[in-house]
Amino acid sequence: MKNRSLEASQKRMTVITYAALIIGALIMVFPFVWMILTSLKTVPESMQVPPTILPKELIVSNFGEAMKSLPFLKLYLNTGLMIFFRVICAVAFSSMAGYAFAMLEFRGKKLLFGIVLVQMSLPSQIFIIPQYQMVAKMGLANTIFALVFPGIVSAFGVFFLRQTYMGIPKEIGEAAYLDGCNQWQTFYKVMFPLTGTSVAALTIFTAVFAYSDLMWPLVVNSDLNMMTLSSGLATLRGQFTTNFPVLMAGSLLAMLPMVILYLIFQKQFIEGIASTGGK
Amino acid sequence: MVKNKLSPAARREENWGWIMVAPTIIGLVVLNLWPFVQTIYTSFCEHLGFGHYKFIGLGNYAEIFSNAEFWKATWNTILFCILTVPVGLFLSLLVAMLLNAKIKFKGGFRTIFFLPMVCAPAAVTMVWRWIFNGEYGILNQVMGTHVGWITDPRFVMLSCAIVAIWSNIGYDAVLLLAGLQNIPKTLYEANSIDGAGKVKQFFTITLPMVSPTLFVVMIMRLMSAVKVYDLIYMMVEDTNPAVTSVQSLMYLFYRESFIAGSRGTGSAIVIWTVLLIGLVTVIQFYGQKKWVNYDV
Repeated sequence: MKNRSLEASQKRMTVITYAALIIGALIMVFPFVWMILTSLKTVPESMQVPPTILPKELIVSNFGEAMKSLPFLKLYLNTGLMIFFRVICAVAFSSMAGYAFAMLEFRGKKLLFGIVLVQMSLPSQIFIIPQYQMVAKMGLANTIFALVFPGIVSAFGVFFLRQTYMGIPKEIGEAAYLDGCNQWQTFYKVMFPLTGTSVAALTIFTAVFAYSDLMWPLVVNSDLNMMTLSSGLATLRGQFTTNFPVLMAGSLLAMLPMVILYLIFQKQFIEGIASTGGK
Repeated sequence: MVKNKLSPAARREENWGWIMVAPTIIGLVVLNLWPFVQTIYTSFCEHLGFGHYKFIGLGNYAEIFSNAEFWKATWNTILFCILTVPVGLFLSLLVAMLLNAKIKFKGGFRTIFFLPMVCAPAAVTMVWRWIFNGEYGILNQVMGTHVGWITDPRFVMLSCAIVAIWSNIGYDAVLLLAGLQNIPKTLYEANSIDGAGKVKQFFTITLPMVSPTLFVVMIMRLMSAVKVYDLIYMMVEDTNPAVTSVQSLMYLFYRESFIAGSRGTGSAIVIWTVLLIGLVTVIQFYGQKKWVNYDV
């Protein structure tokens, strides 16, 4: 008797759990669905009262119009190149430094690692004005280099990969060293290949962060052809105050590449970004 | 000589250490450490244009401290933290607990909740502007109201807070879920023999056991809320009359430094924000002793 009531209450809990999760998931998904639906409507239909849920007829011209108001191919290319160079720099320099800080003994190690920690604890805006002045002085505003510039080194990457290298037994390195590898070979041929998961996590983190960043690209590249997807999209904000179908089409175009990558590599994205958590 | 005490192998190791950290350290000094010093210095200077500065002591600070817009931005930033952090944490913990139950499609739900994390704020805020639109937005139509969600000074902060919570819930839930999964099942089994109710179980086991993770997530969320910029910038352009009701410190910093061109006051605003972050951190680390449980 008691068992049966326990079972019933368990069942009720399961139903409530599913119901709550489904409601939550609908709230999470709704803005994306609404974005897609609106992007397929005509302007008059989008403003209709009461609103239509599904478009009466599917219109794709909004995407064409979005492509006309923003140089999307350029924006994709700029964003892609910025991400590519930032990831290469972050992975290469942070792996080297992370390895050295975790595995090697050298004078000044504590002080130098202190610099890494100081950078991590300060908001990036505190560096922006001087960074911008440097780029401007070099005459490199409105270039891909300008977009990459603040991301050439990643203090967070160093901190994160140092953590990874500290988790690898020192004996592995010592064995390689006794086999005749020098420090560089030990790092490059033996240790670095062991950090694949962390390097993947850092890559995803760096990419998503660079892709979402708004203030730096807005400040440093004012030429529409040199903008990123984020900063380019920001310029549409004031232009189209009523043409929401085009705005939605533009936003979809900007989101699409990252969302597709995310859906393919869900597990790596979620676990990667979660493992870098705290930043 | 200290150097002579090192064996050749140790000296080689030291050289490699220096070589391998060199790119990072040079980069950090040029890109961060030196700019940090410059920003502090700039906050005591007036920008004369074209990168020329004149030292004016505390002039910029006197200027911002006597400026009502600055105090409003400081209050807006604090209000944004108050509105987003507790509610966001509560909802994320709820989602994490739901995902921790024995359910099907766990991965699917996780993917959906996490989705906003990989979408640039610039893109997702566009659809929220549309949903919140005063004239044709779906929210007003469904609720039968006629509220200017992002143009009415009374509602604009709430609207931005909702978007912020929606954006971060999945990420925080994934972090908290990891914390929940670390709680040994045996704790619950022992407890259910005692006949404790679910609610009591939550307060005696779940909450204390997950409190270290909750603390980390809270710090992270607070830090990013103090620095909030992109979301508000995208939701409310500076020609929107409601902008002063929602403008955060970093938004004001951007406008001062790069639109008005007064980099001196801009720098002073950043320094002020860093002091605010420092204060929040100190309070947190004293406050955590009261509720974070590290005995587990």
